[in-house]
This record gives sequence, C-alpha cells and structure tokens, in this order.
Amino acid sequence: MKGTAKVNYIKKLELKNPITGLNKIFDNRIRLGIMSVLMVNEEINFNDLKEMLEVTDGNLATHLLNLEENGFLKVKKGFVGKKTNTTYSVTRAGEKAFADHIAALENMIKGVK
Amino acid sequence: MNEQNQQTLDTLQDIKRMMERSSRFISLSGLSGIAAGICALVGAWFARKEFEPYYNNFNARGDYAGDDFQALKLRLLIIALAVLSAALVSAFYFTWRKARHNKLPVWDLTAKRLTINMLIPLVTGGLFLLAMYQYNEWRFLAPACLVFYGLALVNASKYTLTDVKYLGLLQILLGLINTQFVGYGLYFWAAGFGVLHIIYGFVMWWKYERNG
Repeated sequence: MKGTAKVNYIKKLELKNPITGLNKIFDNRIRLGIMSVLMVNEEINFNDLKEMLEVTDGNLATHLLNLEENGFLKVKKGFVGKKTNTTYSVTRAGEKAFADHIAALENMIKGVK
Repeated sequence: MNEQNQQTLDTLQDIKRMMERSSRFISLSGLSGIAAGICALVGAWFARKEFEPYYNNFNARGDYAGDDFQALKLRLLIIALAVLSAALVSAFYFTWRKARHNKLPVWDLTAKRLTINMLIPLVTGGLFLLAMYQYNEWRFLAPACLVFYGLALVNASKYTLTDVKYLGLLQILLGLINTQFVGYGLYFWAAGFGVLHIIYGFVMWWKYERNG
C-alpha cells in the first residue's frame, strides 16, 4: 500500500477504532526510521543516519526537512575540519508525537486480541 | 490475526529493530569469545612453562637472582602481547563474519561507540599494568588485569549486547578474589580470560547464533 491508499486506510482504521495518537507524518517508513533512530540517540549526523537507514541523500534530506518543518527535530549545522557536519536530534514535541504513535499502534494490536 | 494487525505488528517490530540497531553493536559473535578464551588458555600454558626453570634455578641457588627475574619478566611480556594480538585478531574475525552474514556494516556508528567506550578503561588498565611491570610489582598484575577488563566490559555493555555486563561482573569478582590469593594469579587469569570467555562465548552462540 502506498501514499493516499495508506492514508485512507489509516483514516478508516481511526473511524473503526477510535484510536487517538496515530500520526500521519509517521506513516512513511523512512520518517518512521529517522524517528526510531533519533529516539535512542542523543544526536546523529546525516551520514550515519543515511548508512543506518540505507537511503539516498535526496530522499533522506526530503524527509528530514518534513520532520523539521513539523517541529519534530532540531538541526545543528557545524563543521568537522572543512567538511560540514549536520546533526539532528529529536524535539520534545517529536518525542511526544512518536510515543503517542507507538502507543496507538500498540493499542491497535491489543484491541483485537 | 488479520492482515491489518499483522502490518501494525510489523511496523512496531521495525521500530524496535531500528532502535536496537542504531544504539547497540549487535554483531558481536559468541565465537569471538570462544576464540579469545582458547588463545588465553594456550598463553597461560606457555606462561606456566616459563615459571618452571625460574623456580628450579631459584631452588638450586637458594636465593633470588635479579637476572633470572628480568629474563622471566621479558618472556612473560612477550607471551602476553602475543596472546593479546591473537585474541584480538580472532575475535575480530568472527565478529566481522557475523556482521557480513547479517549484511550489517561492521564499522558503523555503534561499532565506533563500542570501541571508544571499551578502550578508555582498557587502555588505562594497560598503562597501569605496564607501570606495575616497570616496578616489578607482580603480585597484583593478574587481579588488575581481571578488574580493569571487567570494568571495561561493564562499560561496553551499554553499547552492545547487555549480556556482556555479566561477563564483566564475573571478571571483576574473580580479580577481587585473586587479591586474597597472591601467587595464584596465573590460575585466576586463566579462569577469567580463558574459561569464562569460552563459557560466555558458548552461551552467546547458543542464545543468538545457533539458528542463524
């Protein structure tokens, strides 16, 4: 399932089960991966994140920007020698939203047992 | 369980895997422990053989001879360095093999973190031991080896499989007991670096690698 199909699917689920906390922003695998990594690492730089998630530069940058615009992550630009070194860390809001998302997913599983 | 729930479960498992994989070095192989343990036992056996002529000379002459002691010291240092290199190389080999088998990078962020956090107590211990060696302070060499190594493992356990912590605690315990049995250092050393490594390695292999 991709894009709108998946969004509709989540919406349908929300109608069926009144689960609050599910966040459309985390409906994307890469954004979900970025958040998972950031939750357990104080900060991480672009290249380490890229290696961990096995994605391309452009793809990763797009999703990072999306998360940043939503206020879920902080970006810090710095230098290591002459190279730029951009590090990312999760914000309070991001932490909260992600925790809620996980809790909602867990509730969905528990709901049917 | 229906398809929707299966998908939700998969997502949760993905999250868990990602969190684990990005915070801990999980490719550490049990076989590395077994290999390091075997190196230690072989080394201890060679070291044991070095003590025999030394004590024979000592008994024949009836007193302590500085030259014999210096010769023994040098031979033991060479054995120690050989054991360390062999153990590191074999431990690295099996871990590299496991990482490759699981298609994971061997030198990633988690490996770097593990290395630096392991090296801080380990290099400190190494330098401390060299100073003891320099001043002929042999009594607590083996206990210090065990204690520093144990502390390094406890520290490293935050960055790799948590089970490493128990190996570390046992090494520390063994080292501390050894302080009350001066003169039996080699046996304690062989028990810690040899036997404990082999048992630990086997348990880890059984727990995580047997089926993969």
